[in-house]
Amino acid sequence: MSSESKQILTTDGIPLEVSLKKAERKNKIKAFLLVAPLLLFLLITYIFPIGDMLMRSVDDKMVTQMLPKTFESMETWDGKELPPEEVFEAFYLDYKKLIEEKTFGKLSTQLNYTKNGFKSILKKLQRKMKKFEEGNYKEQIMAVHPRWENVEYWRAIKRRAPAYTSSKYLKGMDMYVNEEGKIVNVAEDRRVHRILWIRTLEVAFFVTLLCFLMAYPIAHLLATLPMKYSNLLMICVLLPFWTSLLVRTASWMILLQQQGIVNDFFVMTGLVADDARPEMMYNKTGTYVAMTQILLPFMVLPLYSVMKTISPSLMRAGKSLGGTPFIAFWKVYFPLTIPGIGAGCLLVFILAIGYYITPALVGGASGTLISNQIAFHMKSTLDWSFASAMGLMLLTGVLAIYWIYNKLVGVDNIKLG
Amino acid sequence: MALPKYTETRYRVWHYFYITICTCVFFFLIAPLFVIFPLSFNAEEFLSFSEGMKNLDPDAFSLRWYKDMIYGTKNPWGLAAKNSFIIAIFATLGSVLLGTVAALGLSSRHMPFKGLIMATLISPMIVPLIISGVAIFFFMAKAGLAATHTGIVLAHIILGTPFVVITVTATLSGFDHSVTRAASSLGSDPVNTFMKITLPLILPGVISGGLFAFVTSFDEVVVVLFLAGLENTTIPIQMWTGLREQLSPTILAVATCLIILSTLILVTAELLRRRSERLRGINR
Repeated sequence: MSSESKQILTTDGIPLEVSLKKAERKNKIKAFLLVAPLLLFLLITYIFPIGDMLMRSVDDKMVTQMLPKTFESMETWDGKELPPEEVFEAFYLDYKKLIEEKTFGKLSTQLNYTKNGFKSILKKLQRKMKKFEEGNYKEQIMAVHPRWENVEYWRAIKRRAPAYTSSKYLKGMDMYVNEEGKIVNVAEDRRVHRILWIRTLEVAFFVTLLCFLMAYPIAHLLATLPMKYSNLLMICVLLPFWTSLLVRTASWMILLQQQGIVNDFFVMTGLVADDARPEMMYNKTGTYVAMTQILLPFMVLPLYSVMKTISPSLMRAGKSLGGTPFIAFWKVYFPLTIPGIGAGCLLVFILAIGYYITPALVGGASGTLISNQIAFHMKSTLDWSFASAMGLMLLTGVLAIYWIYNKLVGVDNIKLG
Repeated sequence: MALPKYTETRYRVWHYFYITICTCVFFFLIAPLFVIFPLSFNAEEFLSFSEGMKNLDPDAFSLRWYKDMIYGTKNPWGLAAKNSFIIAIFATLGSVLLGTVAALGLSSRHMPFKGLIMATLISPMIVPLIISGVAIFFFMAKAGLAATHTGIVLAHIILGTPFVVITVTATLSGFDHSVTRAASSLGSDPVNTFMKITLPLILPGVISGGLFAFVTSFDEVVVVLFLAGLENTTIPIQMWTGLREQLSPTILAVATCLIILSTLILVTAELLRRRSERLRGINR
């Protein structure tokens, strides 16, 4: 701004620039105040609770608070040989207090997560401790069970000293911290979670691919047909889109069961024998078929809205310049639909990766995904910190995909119907 | 899509191949819904077409599962339907109110940190439902709102607002702001301007956002599974339990009702979309 413009004053004698800035700020505050109620509501009920999940997933204060004296006395212990008398005494006092408070059960559950075998020896210690005499606790405790003489159990206790832990995240990847403090894989036959992660990615990827392959031709047909026909056909896409997920899953359960209509059809056409009806539900096939049909509209709609904007004269121009219809399609039409493909694939992939209901109903044991595992730990084992950790791992993956997509295509292209 | 007469044979073949594929995909999309319809009128307890049904014998069809749905003993569907409607209506009202106001702020060109705030507001749509469910459950448990209608309504407002925000901002993007300025210059206060000028013009967007929010709440099962107690059972929860335990034809009767409901919603949404397109067409 030159010095001239600074001279301009409003009627109340304030420089115009200042006055404009003030008005601008007022507008900013006004706009922000409109957004504020929803923003505040979501922050309190949604964003902070996700932060709470993060805290829960790394929180390990429970054991730290249950054995305060023990961990204090363990600070100087190097962990090579059995701990000295002070540690045993501190452990005795801590455990005695837990018994009085009747919370010792929690300790045995927690320590058993770190090392198997704690449950029984803590139980035995609790029974024998009533008759303990004062002094020389080391020998008295070691006499309860030979495992108390094993230094590995004391090392396991010491590993629970920090108030924060990454153990839940490691468990989610089938890893753990071993006696030497190194991160190692669990035994091969117990790697359940990695199988689930891989299966989730695999299902999400193939469902997205199947949806794309099926949606592209019909979106093209819908976009090129005259309005009166395409509106009619659009119902085939929109009716499933608006219909309850459970209704659609139920219909697949009816279709795919062994005495179901699809199998009846196979038998009728002679594809399979009546006594060899294939199992199409409660396995991966069921998950694939049902999820593809359920997520297909989410691929068709963005593709359609992009294809609708492509002028047919472009294809004609391509052909008149000497391209065959296929070349014209590949060089002209297809590149123009990429924003739609991106939006559809992102939507379907993100929805598929977090799918829960359909795999739980038609997936059986071999067709369930990571979400089912999270729900299982939330509702059945009640290991909420582990469920939180797995949830956040999944969320990180989703956000990463979203971020990459935003860099490549831009989120503004997402449209609803 | 009639082919010109001079089309070569190979393109002709390709064209019919393409039409066949499209037909198959449309069939794949829509056919599963139509299976439910006749089976819900089955006179027998099986979930496949009986011989009588194949021969269109009138005795093979009956309304017994619909009667069971409405009058059956110890029937959960009445309570579930009541809860579902109450929860969905309040969740829709909440979502529409919060979402529309926020969308008005977001489409102002003075809005600071627009990208970040928009991302926050639509995050419940992007985050997988299971994670939203866990997070919302932790909050509701702490706030003492687990297993209450209020808790479920709040949860569904969280999930419903992104749809309202998106549809209303989309409607507002084609909105001619000079009409509101004209109203102000004629002496109207902001609230009056909103009620008399802005709202009628963006109403199609608001209603279609509201429909999305309604359907989201009405169909939602993942979050409710974490939150609901016995008293707050909803239609989706009852269907979920029914589908897990045993697939009874009563569920198909309920499913048929739900399909009819979704058809009604679809028709409303389509009419609104066309009206809104027409209005915007005039504005341009």
